Amino acid sequence: MPTPHPQLTDDQIEGLGRELDELRNRVLGDLGERDAAYIRRVIKTQRGLEIAGRGLLFAGFLPPAWIGGVTALSLSKILDNMEIGHNVMHGQYDWMKDPALDSKRFEWDTACPSDQWRYSHNYMHHTYTNVLGKDRDIGYGILRMSAGQPWRPRDLGNPISATLMAALFQWGIAAHDLEVERIEAGEIAFADKREMLASIWRKARRQVLKDYVAFPLLAGPGAPFVLSGNAAANLSRNLWSFMIIFCGHFPEGTHEFTEEEAENETRGGWYLRQMIGSANLTGGRLFHILSGNLSHQIEHHVFPDIPAHRYAEIAVEVREMCERYGVPYNSGPLHRQFGSVIKKIVRLALPGGASGEPPPAAAAAVRKVPRALTANTFSQTSSGVSGAVVVDPMPATLISASRSPGSASRTASSSVERRGGPRLGPSGREARSPGLVGA
Amino acid sequence: MLVATATRRFLASPLVDLLVGPHGIDRYLELIRPDLALREARAEVTGVRHQTDRSVTLTLRPNQAWGGFSAGQFAAVGVEIGGVRRTRTYSPASSEHGRRGAVELTVTSRPDGVVSNHLRSRIAPGSILHLGPARGEFVLPAARPQKLVLISGGSGVTPVLSMLRTLCDEEHPGEVTFVHYSRTRADALYRAEVEALATAHPNLRCAFVATREGGGRLDADVLAALAGDLDEAHAAVCGPPALIDGVRAIWDGVGGADRVLAETFAPPALTPTGATASGTLRFLRSDHEAAIGAGTLLEQAEAAGLSPEFGCRMGICHTCTCRKSTGTVRNVLSGEISAEEDEDVQLCISVPAGDVALEL
Ligand SMILES: Cc1cc2nc3c(=O)[nH]c(=O)nc-3n(C[C@H](O)[C@H](O)[C@H](O)COP(=O)(O)OP(=O)(O)OC[C@H]3O[C@@H](n4cnc5c(N)ncnc54)[C@H](O)[C@@H]3O)c2cc1C
Ligand code: FES
Repeated sequence: MPTPHPQLTDDQIEGLGRELDELRNRVLGDLGERDAAYIRRVIKTQRGLEIAGRGLLFAGFLPPAWIGGVTALSLSKILDNMEIGHNVMHGQYDWMKDPALDSKRFEWDTACPSDQWRYSHNYMHHTYTNVLGKDRDIGYGILRMSAGQPWRPRDLGNPISATLMAALFQWGIAAHDLEVERIEAGEIAFADKREMLASIWRKARRQVLKDYVAFPLLAGPGAPFVLSGNAAANLSRNLWSFMIIFCGHFPEGTHEFTEEEAENETRGGWYLRQMIGSANLTGGRLFHILSGNLSHQIEHHVFPDIPAHRYAEIAVEVREMCERYGVPYNSGPLHRQFGSVIKKIVRLALPGGASGEPPPAAAAAVRKVPRALTANTFSQTSSGVSGAVVVDPMPATLISASRSPGSASRTASSSVERRGGPRLGPSGREARSPGLVGA
Repeated sequence: MLVATATRRFLASPLVDLLVGPHGIDRYLELIRPDLALREARAEVTGVRHQTDRSVTLTLRPNQAWGGFSAGQFAAVGVEIGGVRRTRTYSPASSEHGRRGAVELTVTSRPDGVVSNHLRSRIAPGSILHLGPARGEFVLPAARPQKLVLISGGSGVTPVLSMLRTLCDEEHPGEVTFVHYSRTRADALYRAEVEALATAHPNLRCAFVATREGGGRLDADVLAALAGDLDEAHAAVCGPPALIDGVRAIWDGVGGADRVLAETFAPPALTPTGATASGTLRFLRSDHEAAIGAGTLLEQAEAAGLSPEFGCRMGICHTCTCRKSTGTVRNVLSGEISAEEDEDVQLCISVPAGDVALEL
């Protein structure tokens, strides 16, 4: 049984949506020099680290140089992928109109081609966040990350698969859109993905050539040190990004949704789902930067295209809104959040595994649901916040902002109209309009 | 020079491209010096002077990536203001044979003009501007006309001055007449320089007219008095639409409508916020047109039978982002207007504010 969602009235959901829209417009209106200077500074730092790292590795036969080189190159790749690549490709800096920071053109220093990432991440994951069956980020088609995913015997290997995935994360991301699990299930043919595979290969080949052939060869006799250094940098980037990204939606207390729940939701409902489907990490400024500010996952999911270095400021207001509306705000330090992710990975290796439900054999694995997130606590808090939260003891009665397609609400601007019902997008991608409401 | 060419070759080689992938060499070179890009055209400002209160004259040193221009053409010039790269078109005023590829721009500031005022008061030597390739049909015929009248109004002096300077550099033997209209004498651009050219080149005559200080409007008699017989003369005119109409009427009178080259710097038209615009949506790649209707650009493109890529349809995923070649559109969420050429817009949250051409 999934964690019951907080129950807000339609009016509350729309009120929350309006407040968030207002906050969004305020921040967008304030973007300027400061944000441009920030991202340029990060880029400059990353390029500097990259050059320093590669340079040091040429002297990699000296252990301190090797260690320094690996550290610098790891940090460069982490910055490139997280604070720069991920965020630029979300369109966070499109307003600058600088072609080098253009979401459509940016490429990053990892195996995954940016255009595939933009589709699977910006659109699929950010639109259908935590919707089982839609959001392939729930386990990436490899891990069992939700009790709602039926258990298969191979899930016994969940912890081992997760470890492998962490070590090879860039390849997991690159292969994300191949939908291997659907090929396996016979839903799609391998041939359907041939073109995509070719495009991954084109991108990945250059990455491999660069890190494992060209730079080592340039080092001549130092080749083994450069090769091992580059591999170590890729590995540490993989482990770090796996850890941060898995803390975004899988820690204890994040909510999952069924397709019906997410259907025809309003803009306010969409905001609410993003908030309760995400979890934050607490930490210092440097930690936030190195996590690409994905440590502010909640703010990122509410405003994916606002420059991420603003999330810390925005979080203060989002948090306050959550308190006022009685919406849980899942936040904790890395060790706690990641600890609960590991527990989940291990627990879900066995059948069942819904919140609080002991595994079939080992009742000892029952763990305490964090207090703030139990249904019980909601009803307690609700007495303080006027009528904010009513807990429905039945499983998953839904965020009640859904409307039937027919009653699609008109937008403020007469020229923009919300369309209901599923539609078929380009190249047969199924797409739906969550509705542009209350502009 | 040889070393520079060899270095450039090396930096542009496939090996270097692999090593600096996926970002490309320019992303590293620009950290050394901002105009040191191999593929992106940029220019360093090397000189700034003010001929008049309302204008600025900038001397630029474009990098190797810029392909130069023909006299009379214009180029997109990008400058960062408040973190945003703003792009406007400007016509170089220098000769197309400029020394070491130097380019001169003269920008007249408009009331509330974002870019023109920034260029006038915030640019100093060392500033970096972005350049687009030179474009435009307002150019001298390759066979230079034996008799040419160059007419300009206000800021429109730039492309015709470029033509004049180019002809002077070429020691062009034909007769050239240069007429410039400004509001006041103090507003006249390049007067001293053109008069000096006229002293040096007996085949050049010039006149500067201040329309608000007793100077007469353009008419056939004034022009004939200056340039003589117009029967064989070609005209190149740049200025406000009224000036262009006047010149056309004069050349129509002598049966020479096809000898008039004209250009205007006219600003883009805008429909008021909220109202549904009228006009045409052109989808350039699919070679398709539709009358503007209700709804977002995405909806209108779909209604016209196209299937642009999209994701969220609510302005967050940027999947629908599309290049707008020309025209003005409004972002319905932020109210922001996009009027610049070749700008990316999000189709799902943009509505047209007049004729729009999209790369779809
Ligand atoms: C082919 C071409 C060549 C050009 N070459 C030059 C040149 O050599 N020198 C030069 O100074 N300008 C030139 N311009 C005009 C220039 O591109 C800008 O339009 C001008 O500098 C105003 O930009 P802005 O950002 O300051 O004004 P904006 O902030 O865009 O507009 C501010 C206000 O000024 C008005 N406005 C904008 N443009 C004009 C205009 N052209 N005429 C009158 N009002 C206007 C707007 O309607 C608005 O009210 C050229 C334009 C074109 C199309
Ligand atoms: S479709 Fe997502 S931004 Fe337009």
